Formats: sequence, structure tokens, C-alpha cells
Amino acid sequence: MTDTTPPLPEKARAAEGPWATAWRRLKRDRAALAALAVLLVILAACLAAPLYATYVSGTNPFATNLNGTITVDGKSRDVLEASTEGLGLGLTPIGPTWQLGPYMLGADNQGRDVAARLLYGGRNSLFIAGAAAVLCLVVATFVGVVAGFFGGLVDTVLSRILDVLWAFPIFLLAISLSIVLISQPLLIGPFEIRSGSLALPIVIIGVVYIPYVARPIRNHVITLMKSEFVTAAVGLGASPWRILWVDILPNVVTRIIVFVPLMLALNMIIESALSFLSIGVQPPDASWGTIIQDGQGLLYSRPAVALAPGIAIAVTVLALNIFGDGVRDALDPKSTVRIG
Amino acid sequence: MRPRTTLAALMSGIALAGLAASMPAGGAHAQEGTPGGTMRLLAKAASGTIDPHINYTLQYFQINYMLYDGLVTFRKAGDETGFDVVADLAEELPEPQNDGKTYVFKLREGIRFSDGTDLTPEDVLASFQRIFKVSGPTSGTFYNGIVGADACLESPADCTLDGGVVIDDAANTVTINLTAPDGEFLQKIAIPHAAILPAETPAEDAGTTPVPGTGPYMIESYNPNEQLRMVRNPHFAEWSADAQPAGYPDQIDYDFGLTEEAAVTAIQNGQADWMFDPPPPDRLAEIGSRYASQVSVHPLTAMWYAPMNTNLAPFDDVRVRQAVNYAIDRSAIVKLFGGAALAQPACQILPPGFPSYVPYCPYTAGGTDTWSAPDMEKARALVAESGTAGQEVTIVAEDNTVSRAIGVYLQGVLNELGYKTSVQPISQNIQFTYIQNTNNKVQISISQWFQDYPSPSNFLQVLFGCDSFTPGSDASVNIAGFCDEAIDAKMDEAAALTLTDPEKSAQMWTEVDHAVTDAAPAAVLFTPKRVDFVSKRVQNFTFSPQFYWIMSQSWLQ
Repeated sequence: MTDTTPPLPEKARAAEGPWATAWRRLKRDRAALAALAVLLVILAACLAAPLYATYVSGTNPFATNLNGTITVDGKSRDVLEASTEGLGLGLTPIGPTWQLGPYMLGADNQGRDVAARLLYGGRNSLFIAGAAAVLCLVVATFVGVVAGFFGGLVDTVLSRILDVLWAFPIFLLAISLSIVLISQPLLIGPFEIRSGSLALPIVIIGVVYIPYVARPIRNHVITLMKSEFVTAAVGLGASPWRILWVDILPNVVTRIIVFVPLMLALNMIIESALSFLSIGVQPPDASWGTIIQDGQGLLYSRPAVALAPGIAIAVTVLALNIFGDGVRDALDPKSTVRIG
Repeated sequence: MRPRTTLAALMSGIALAGLAASMPAGGAHAQEGTPGGTMRLLAKAASGTIDPHINYTLQYFQINYMLYDGLVTFRKAGDETGFDVVADLAEELPEPQNDGKTYVFKLREGIRFSDGTDLTPEDVLASFQRIFKVSGPTSGTFYNGIVGADACLESPADCTLDGGVVIDDAANTVTINLTAPDGEFLQKIAIPHAAILPAETPAEDAGTTPVPGTGPYMIESYNPNEQLRMVRNPHFAEWSADAQPAGYPDQIDYDFGLTEEAAVTAIQNGQADWMFDPPPPDRLAEIGSRYASQVSVHPLTAMWYAPMNTNLAPFDDVRVRQAVNYAIDRSAIVKLFGGAALAQPACQILPPGFPSYVPYCPYTAGGTDTWSAPDMEKARALVAESGTAGQEVTIVAEDNTVSRAIGVYLQGVLNELGYKTSVQPISQNIQFTYIQNTNNKVQISISQWFQDYPSPSNFLQVLFGCDSFTPGSDASVNIAGFCDEAIDAKMDEAAALTLTDPEKSAQMWTEVDHAVTDAAPAAVLFTPKRVDFVSKRVQNFTFSPQFYWIMSQSWLQ
């Protein structure tokens, strides 16, 4: 006689739910876990920005400090150092001291601590990226599910609207809105969006990228609608709302989760570009994009000002993408979701 | 005038026969330098149309002075005499007649345009008509005093200037009649907007099509995305070294598109000879030390200032405007511009060295005539007196490093005074027109002003006169919307006295300068200096207070 009982671990696996399976797969993905650790470190560092500014750098990262001095290696130095050679032209902000204290990464052209601004800037960059991702995913999920589930005229109308959004030049839209809104805030129901408001990049990024998410979700819903379990549910007389709630949405959720880190990564890059164009985060607040903009004029003499936020963006986006791939492999191994 | 603005919309070969006549000959020129070679100039971007009657940018004013001539011009000199008006296409400077309302110019004989046609009085008449027909940016401000100008401004296409510009072909003269005496009329017609062009020049914006001129060079080709090429005008023969000296380089290429950083490197490597844009701040220390012999620094008759809207809260209260003036640490702002070597703190409207300038600074600690330190205590007291603390204020800056940095600095100052301040940097292509339009409700902004011609009115009347304020218009250069009838009357009186009693006029302009400074429609921040960085092979760098570098007078080694 042959024992056909499967080994115990397999038995245990058969009993676990889809989330547990996903978590088990994710735990096996060392790259994804490392990326998650990096992200958590970055997030924690950014959240600790006020502590860093108060107890480590001891400077106000939002106030100009043009006449300030600091002591480095026992010597007093101006934060903005005047050239003493030749014609004595130009002032150069103090470079990185590489010491845990004031101006560890140097100063920008206003004499502000770059390291402290980097941490504060990360808060804004991550917040805008996160809020835009939430807005985009909520609206895109609704549109994608409705279009895929109801089909017909509803699908046609929604798909054409998505086509229009898909074709919209994001930077042109952002620049135009930022100018128009200076004197006339945009009112969306109870919400008021002003030119310098953080809501502006959030709405722009969130809305413009809806098609990138809504289209794959719509296609996924159409595929699900043709699957055997939905056909069976229809055959058993289940109501459309029950099918939607019980059979469709749970299968869409995993795909939405896969989108989260990927959207965050994309939004980080777009936010930085918009901030570089002075749209969104306004002075004296910082985001990684605005710090790059501040450092643009110091690339030759003080490259750290632009390099530091550039590296922060690169590392964060890389970590988000690696983690996103890990999440995708864990939740939806057959998916080929890509954004951008 | 602005360094590069969007106020305006956007011959190949050298005839050998004319070449000899167009090159510097004899005198000091021949002893000092050798004509020839191609000079390569760089700018980050072109400056729009090359129509001399329309373009209103420093970048093209600088080259238009060597491409075109007016009846008169400013002396091409590298000292303060560069502000003097001298005869150009006219044989001599005319004496005003008819109580200062008439000027008679006798044209020089034998002058030809670069297309080979002779200069005639008809060209002068057609050129003055064209200023109005193309709606030149200064037609309504500099030339509206010519008889018949009112009709031209109302209906530009039908402009005749009947009775305003009268020509006599037989006598080769042009008579210009004004509706009222104007002591600055000769200065106004000495700028390129009054350049004399061939009568056949179409009465529309020339755009990128070269217009023939009478100067030592002519435009061979112009592509705003690439290059403007100037070559010798084969029909030019020097008639006055003061007005229009012959040039040294055979060809001048003005290339567009390189960043300031790249331009500095190109000049260091000898791949280019000069850059229009100021060298970027982070290269200044390097070029000031390692390339000091190739650098020239000159103070400009210009100012960076923060106009405050006198018709909008909180700046409709003079105490608030004065408080801002007291609170600003101008030495800190100078640092944002590159340090004391590149700018000088200022707090009055007229720049140092300008006619009628007498040092005056009511907004400094220590009560001296020149600014020394901010007085925050006084500033806070004035704000408290005004009861405006807590109000929201938005600063509109240009979206470039210096302007944005100044905006952020001012934000800190205003916050310290108790306001809730934000900074809004917007593209420098539109900021200047945006802050002029009252519909945009701009409270305070960062701007710059460079002289068009050396007269106090070009700062005081143009920027703070009632006539310069046009609500709802993009062309309302009185950004502060300042209109004080008593001061305005004094400006008119000072302008009227220019011809009859120049000394009294100058004294009155000084008083106006101080009165406007007291009323504080703006916070004057600093007087900038210009840094010119040239290649090793550029010799005889001559800097005129009016034209800046007179490029035609430099030769290549």
C-alpha cells in the first residue's frame, strides 16, 4: 500500500490563506526585505528631522544664516566664505564637515544646513508621493473596476476619458496651474488649492497617473469576469453586487497592493521634478527636488548640496522598486505589472 | 530696461571693395590693434526679435549700437563721457529752437545702408513713423511728445507724424517738432529704438529677418535657437570715432544655448571670447583668482529693488513700507548676489554716479547718508503703529537662484516683523509682466531696473510717476502703483527745467529722489556690478557706462 498523505509542511501550506502565502514568499525574498529595511531607515530618519535639527545640527534649516559662523576643528569659519584670492570675487558656502554636528553636509547658498534640510525635505517628498499614490489608487481602482465590470457604454466613456488623461503633458499642466492659481485658487468642492499648496502636486500627480493604474485594473476585471468562478457565481444566481464584492474586488486588491510601492517610486521622481520647477513645495520649506534646485548653482564648488538629495531620491526609488517587485512576486507571481 | 525680457515678441559675404573702408584706419586704432578674426560671444538664450525698433533688452541693445545709428547717439567711450550725447547721422548736435520744441538735424552726406542704398531724409521720416507703426515698446513713453504722435498711438497703421517730423530733401535736413519742451529728447532718440532704417523696411516686426543698418557690422544670419552672425558692413566708412567707430573683428558670432557653467569653461579653454550672462556664483572665486587678468568688474547704473504695492494692504500704509526698508539687512542681500565685490548696498532710488545722485539713506541704523545696518527696533515699532501685524503677504520672485534667494530672505524679514509670509517664485519669462498687472494683486515682488539713458527721470518718473501706472495692464512699469501728486508735479517741473535751467533741474531731481525714497514705494536693495569674463585673446576691453562692453573696439590677439 502506498501512503498518499502529503508531507506535513505541505499540509500546513495548504491550510494557510493567500496573505500568509504572500508573506511567506516575501520573507524568502532577501532583496525585498533589505529594500524594506532601507525604506524604513529613510522614513525614520525623515521623521526624526526636528530632532536632528534641534539636537545635532543646532540650526534652523528654514532661516537664512548669511552672517553666521561655526567652529570646525577649533577654528572659527564663516558659513559663507568670501574668496580672498585675486579679485576676491564670490562667496562659497561652507562644505561638508563630515562631523555629526552643524553642517555635516555643508551649507546651501543661504547658509542653511543641508543635512537638516535633506531630512525635512524627505518628509515632504515622501508625503507628496504617498498622498498622490493614495489619491491615484483610490480613483483608478474605482474607475478601472466600474469600467471593467459594467463594460459597454460605461467602459467606452471611461476609457476615452482615460485616453485624454494619458495624453496630458504633466509638466505643462503643472506649470500652467501653478501660474493661474497664484491669484485665483482652485476650488474643488470644499477643497481649496492654492498655487503654493502641497495639494497642487498631489492632485496633479494623482490625477495624471490614474490611467496608468486604471487600465491594468480594468483589464484584470474583464479577465476575472470571464473566469470560471464568476461564471459559476452567475449560474448560481448571485447578484452583480455580490459578484463584485466577493469575487472581483478581493482579486483586484492584491494587484492594487503591488501598485503601491511602484507608484510611490514614480511619484517621488515626478515630485522632485515638479519641486525643481518651483511647483509644490515652496520656500523656505524643502523637498528633495527643491534642494537639488538650490544646489544647481553650486554644482562646481559645493556638489554635495545637489548630490545628497539626488542620492536620497535614487536610493529611495531603487528600494521602492525592489520592494515593489518583491511584493508583486509574493502577491501576484503571474502579474507583469510595470509603471511608467 | 531689463537684462533679458520678453517685452518684445520674438547677407552673406563681405564685398572686398568695401572692406578696407570699413576697417579701423589710422590714428590710435592702427597703433594698438589689428583688425581681423572672428569673435565668438555666448549667451544662454537669444533675446527674441532683432527688430531694433522693438527689441527692448540689454542683450540686443548692446549689439544694436554697432549695427544701427540714430540721428544722435551716446559717445563710445570707456569713461563717464560715455553718457554724453554726440551727433551720429546728423552732422552736429542741434540747438533746440522754438523754446525747446524744435530740433533741426542736418544729415551727413555719403552714408549708406548695408544694402547699399543711400541714407536720405525720407529714411528718417519713415523710421520715426515705423516706431509707431510697429507699436515700439517706448513709442508711448519716449516719443509721444512728437507732434502727431497722439494720432500715431491711436492708429499706428496710419501714422504720418504730420508736422512732427518734417524733411527737406534739398537741404538734407530733418526737423522734429515737439508738443512741449523735452530736455531729454536727444537722449531718447539716442537709443536703438530710434535707429534710422531704410524707408522700405516693412512696418511689421522683423522677427528673425535682418534689417539693414548703417553701422560697421550687419547681421548675416539669425537663428534664435542657434546663432546670430554679424559681419562687416561693406558700405560702412567711419564718419565719427566718437559716434560710430569702425570695428576690429571681421566677424562676430553670437552663439546661444550653452549654460553659464559651460560658457565659463569655454572661455577658459579659449573656445569663446565672452559671455553675456553673469558668470555663475560658484565659478566667481575661480575666475577671480586664476583668471583675474581676464575679468572686469564695473558698477552699473541699475538697481535691484522690491516694489511694494501702495494700493494693497499692508503696503498701502507708508509705515509698513518704511518698516520693510528699515528691517532689510542689505549686506546680507549683497551676499546672496555674490558678495561685496559684486554689489553695493543701496537704499535710495538713484544709483551712485548717476546724474543728481546725492547719497541719502533714511533707513539705516546710525543715521548716516549711506546704509550701514538694519534697524529692526524701528521697523517693529512702525509695524506695531500700523496695526497690520498678522496679515498675509506673498512675495513674487523670479524663478532663478538670486531672486528666489532674496525672496526667501525677505520672507524671513517679514515674518520677523509679524506677517504671515510666503514666497512665490515664477518663471522669469513672465514674472516682470505679471508683477506689473494690478489684476494679479501682487503685494511685493523682487525686480531689477537698468537705465535706458542717463537721466534721473528714467528711474524716478518711469518707475514712480503717475503716468507710468496703468491699472490692469501688463505694461505698467510703476509696479508699486505709486502716485503722489505733489512729487509728480515736482518731477514735471524738474523735467521742464532741464533745458532752461539744468542746475536747478538737477537739484530738483535730487529732491524728488529723496522724497520718493522717504515715501518708500519700494525697498531698494543694492546696486549691482557687472562681471565680464573674456578670453585671453580679447584685447582693449572698453566698458562704457551706457553700452557696457563696446565689443567692436576690442581686437583679437
